[in-house]
Amino acid sequence: MKSFWSITLATLSKDIRLEWRSKDALNAMLFFSLLVVVIFSFSFDPNAEESRQIAGGLVWVAFLFSAVVALNQTWARELRNQVLDAYRVSPAPANSLFIAKAMGNFLLVSLLEALMAPLFTIFYNLRVLGPGWQLIPVAVLGTWALVVNGTFFAAVSLRTRSREIMLPLLLFPISIPAIQSMVEATRIILTGDGSARFWIVLLLTYDVVFTTACLGLFETVLQAE
Amino acid sequence: MKRLFPILAVLTALLLTYALYQALVVAPTERTMGDVQRIFYYHVPSAWTAFLLFFVNLVASVVYLVWRNPKADALAVVAAEVGVIFCTVVLVTGPIWARPVWGIWWTWDVRLTTTLVLWLIYVSYLVLRRFSDSSQTPKLAAVLAIFGALDVPLVYFSIWFFRTQHPQPVIGGGGSIDPRMLHVLLINWLAFSCFAVLVCWWRYRLERLQREVEEAQALESLLGPGGVPSQSARVKAPLGRGPQ
Repeated sequence: MKSFWSITLATLSKDIRLEWRSKDALNAMLFFSLLVVVIFSFSFDPNAEESRQIAGGLVWVAFLFSAVVALNQTWARELRNQVLDAYRVSPAPANSLFIAKAMGNFLLVSLLEALMAPLFTIFYNLRVLGPGWQLIPVAVLGTWALVVNGTFFAAVSLRTRSREIMLPLLLFPISIPAIQSMVEATRIILTGDGSARFWIVLLLTYDVVFTTACLGLFETVLQAE
Repeated sequence: MKRLFPILAVLTALLLTYALYQALVVAPTERTMGDVQRIFYYHVPSAWTAFLLFFVNLVASVVYLVWRNPKADALAVVAAEVGVIFCTVVLVTGPIWARPVWGIWWTWDVRLTTTLVLWLIYVSYLVLRRFSDSSQTPKLAAVLAIFGALDVPLVYFSIWFFRTQHPQPVIGGGGSIDPRMLHVLLINWLAFSCFAVLVCWWRYRLERLQREVEEAQALESLLGPGGVPSQSARVKAPLGRGPQ
């Protein structure tokens, strides 16, 4: 029997290798968020002060929508050739599979954010007035908040009709407090107007609560057929 | 139990009529807001009923996940459906009251936003049940109900920190209320609760009947027209559950 983490790493490296060879999801996400940036930029045409106020919302909405692209293909890929059934009958723990998938999505969305952040800065003339380093914990915790529930609900919506539409319908209502925290924290840091501590703590709480819930209930969802 | 239903129906109708009379005629007119305040007698009882029903849904979902009891699942569906209706009443009557009193239809206040998010979560719950037609739907829906319940406190804290405008709760919250108004409010709450129980009861029977019909149809299609089991049915029939 292999250990929990070696199974997780094997699944994760397989997913990364697959994505690296095709780059399907990454290209689609990059182009999609580029379009969102451009369309928002000329529909609002903000000045520097206004962009600091609204950029938090725009950035995270763009990342949320693009993340759905990656999340939707998480499990759909495993349906072909009954790979998911093989996972079910294998003695590998269900949670190692879940963590591998969530980590894969986390890396993919983080890469997207790293590539898009400079573009946002250019298009919106952003200059951070608050403590800029705090954007890193906000981005890490916020991305995890989106992908952990996203990976889970992608598995839930796997057996529904029109599953690509189902995922955002299930994910967005649950993600509202996380999105609000990310947007508010980003706005506070960009404008330098107060402390973002409350929002970062709330994001951390959200992550802990929902990661625990996902790990506790994933086996039920995986075995539901 | 079946004979109790018409009695409850008549009782509910009488109570609702009496509560309407109390709310529109007997209750004193509020000093600053005037007659528009009377919407309070519908808004608040609907909110209490909706939250109670969502709580019933959560408990039924947990019971289903632990014991896999199909009755608990039927109860969860019913509570979610009726709860969404009551929650819609809350979200519609709120702005009608807010427009003349606050001067705005809507604000991102803690109670308003939490109620709206709760409504969104339960609509997504009903959408999931509608779009998923495998036999595993109850399990997935129960999981979603638990996620929704975990989400509500976080929504509440995030908006509470953000801003708050809703009047402080008049019951048990430092505010004061005319005892006659409280009396009318409680009568309305009783009437609305009876109405909710009545609707849930009826809907629950409908849900159970529908499931029985579906099971009977599934069995019939396995057995074929002459009641002779086909080759595949002979293998499958003992595993499937027959009509109860």
